[in-house]
Amino acid sequence: MGLTRRHFLRGTAVAGAACAVATVTVTEVREEKTLPPKAVGLLFDSTLCVGCKACVTACREANNTYPELNTEDKLWDVPLDLSARTLTVIKAYSEGSAENKDQENDGFAFIKKSCLHCVDPSCVSVCPVSAMTKDPVTGVVSYDPNNCIGCRYCVEACPFGVPRFEYDKTIARLRKCEMCKQRQVDGKIPACAEVCPNGATLFGSETRLRAEAERRLMLTVGERAFFPRKTVDSTDTHEKPSSRYNTKTYGLTEVGGTQVLYLAGVSFEKLGLPTLPEKSFVSTSEKIQHTLYKGMIAPAVLFSGLLFAVRRHANHNEKEKE
Amino acid sequence: MWDGVEQMAEQQNRETLTGAERALGVSRRTFLQFCAGVAATLGLPAGAEAAIARSIVARRRPAVIWLHLSECTGCTESMLISEHPAIDKLILDLVSLDYHETLFASAGYQAEAARKASMAANKGKYLLVVEGAVSVKDGGIYCKIGGRTAIEMVNECAKDAAAVIALGSCASWGGMPSAQPNPTGCVGVSEVWKGPVVNIPGCPPNPYNFLSTVVHYITYDRLPDLDNQGRPKFAYSCLIHENCERRPHFDAGRFAEEFGDAGHRAGWCLYRLGCKGPETYANCPAVLFGDAGGGCWPVGTGHPCIGCTEKGVGFAKPIHALAELKFVTPPAFYPRIVEEQGKGVSVASAAVLAGGAGIAVGASVAMAKNLGKGSKPEQKQEGKPSKKPEDTAENSPDCTE
Repeated sequence: MGLTRRHFLRGTAVAGAACAVATVTVTEVREEKTLPPKAVGLLFDSTLCVGCKACVTACREANNTYPELNTEDKLWDVPLDLSARTLTVIKAYSEGSAENKDQENDGFAFIKKSCLHCVDPSCVSVCPVSAMTKDPVTGVVSYDPNNCIGCRYCVEACPFGVPRFEYDKTIARLRKCEMCKQRQVDGKIPACAEVCPNGATLFGSETRLRAEAERRLMLTVGERAFFPRKTVDSTDTHEKPSSRYNTKTYGLTEVGGTQVLYLAGVSFEKLGLPTLPEKSFVSTSEKIQHTLYKGMIAPAVLFSGLLFAVRRHANHNEKEKE
Repeated sequence: MWDGVEQMAEQQNRETLTGAERALGVSRRTFLQFCAGVAATLGLPAGAEAAIARSIVARRRPAVIWLHLSECTGCTESMLISEHPAIDKLILDLVSLDYHETLFASAGYQAEAARKASMAANKGKYLLVVEGAVSVKDGGIYCKIGGRTAIEMVNECAKDAAAVIALGSCASWGGMPSAQPNPTGCVGVSEVWKGPVVNIPGCPPNPYNFLSTVVHYITYDRLPDLDNQGRPKFAYSCLIHENCERRPHFDAGRFAEEFGDAGHRAGWCLYRLGCKGPETYANCPAVLFGDAGGGCWPVGTGHPCIGCTEKGVGFAKPIHALAELKFVTPPAFYPRIVEEQGKGVSVASAAVLAGGAGIAVGASVAMAKNLGKGSKPEQKQEGKPSKKPEDTAENSPDCTE
């Protein structure tokens, strides 16, 4: 008998203490992630969007996706939602007579759905093979099909329902907006921001975008203001009276912040942007996981417990036999 | 018998057209083309052109008093030099133009006397056409005709008129003279004359829209249907954006970004350059602005629409400012925020599912039976009594046998 009851209990106590110490250490290690140094993002202003869907078309050209002919006549490109063939889509909110733009009652509004490029992305955390990665410099969440094993954890993990799997293909990939990273390499900006005639979709450095969103929230309703197009620092601007905005920018705090921000006149919940906690899911789940596996102490404790139970049972049986 | 009726009708038509040729001094072909054009502009059914042709020839020409107030006379000018050479002639011959300050041969007291004489002779029957805004600031002293203010002129002439037609944007809602800061306080006719006013806005308005309104009045003895801003519905019920020849480029997201860039030269949508088509109601894409000839309406030539027909848009918004969205126009289809996808359960699939569930239940039962049987001999072989005599498999009726 290598392990007596006394020894085992003593060992458990020591392991427990070690665990407690480790927990404290891990809490300090896994902090809320912050924006990468040269984070880039998009700002979508629903009050500027006229629903021309130029972004949807440009996205198709830039990312080689094919139209979704969902109407009966099979004539129009009508994606119903984000899909493996549609990386961005304009959706419409409509209520009552739908006469007034950006109003909740008897109004309508548009929203552009695409990847929000979370500061602390769930898809990257759950990916077992590093197919989903977050660029340490720009913060773009991108996907590498060469690493992907097709487990689709990312599909389940994303709180916005963004990553989509090519279920209809034999050798399937996962598709999501990667902020036109292939264009950014050439010094171009994402296609959706490039073509938007109103500057409703705006590209730029995340800090500048957040300042721009703040500026718009500070405008009084009806005040004439200039709105840049393409990029946040662009000199290509247009002037219009400011619309009424929600009191906050979506994406500043949601699940630890996102690099795609939203401004709207209709509540974000009604535009399909869920109300989410400020803390990222990843920080909680990774904290638990990292705590449990810190120095392999928890598995060791569990294993020794199991070992003890088994041996005790075995001894008991042997004694009965005798 | 029917042959006889048809022959009579044929004879009548021929006489009508010969009469028209004589009276108007235009060829039969030109005259019929004009009637068909007017009927098409009005959106009238086939056959209406014949009614129009008959009434133009047969009826007495209505007297028209034509006032010029704060304006540039562009409405008259553009009508006189319209693309179809017969139009100006027809306009002038359709009506008895008793007073028109631009086209008058006479002047001064003589002209004013002619106006008063015509108004007295045609009391309650003449048409009043007002071209230009009414200046109302400081009692209207900034626009006087024959020593009388525009306000007095409008009220005097409109009092006994059969109908008041405000021609052009100035007369309709103030137009260019009312642009900020509006030093002379220019307003539309309907702000001064409280009776019914037909507004035909445009800077200048298409002659066909004016002419069609007059011809409708001559033919049917009433004015065409008007919208809530007093504009004839046949001409102002659709946004320019809805029938624009560049609309496919808008739908495809192809926008000219600068004058002269590749997209602009390729004929792409002018929305990004400030085209007001999406917020301006007019039939310019159909009959073309100003009847200036095919392909040379502003959008056709590559200049964005400035929204000249629309109050609050033309002369109010900068030309480069982007248009507001009036409403979502087809063929745009947008998915709802939460879009149901896939189809509901069909009878066949439900049956398959139910069958599958039945098989699963049957299999479970069978397996449960076998489990009980399998464990019994094993226990007997080992000679060990079960620790739990209340075990379900042991007590089940199948196993006790």
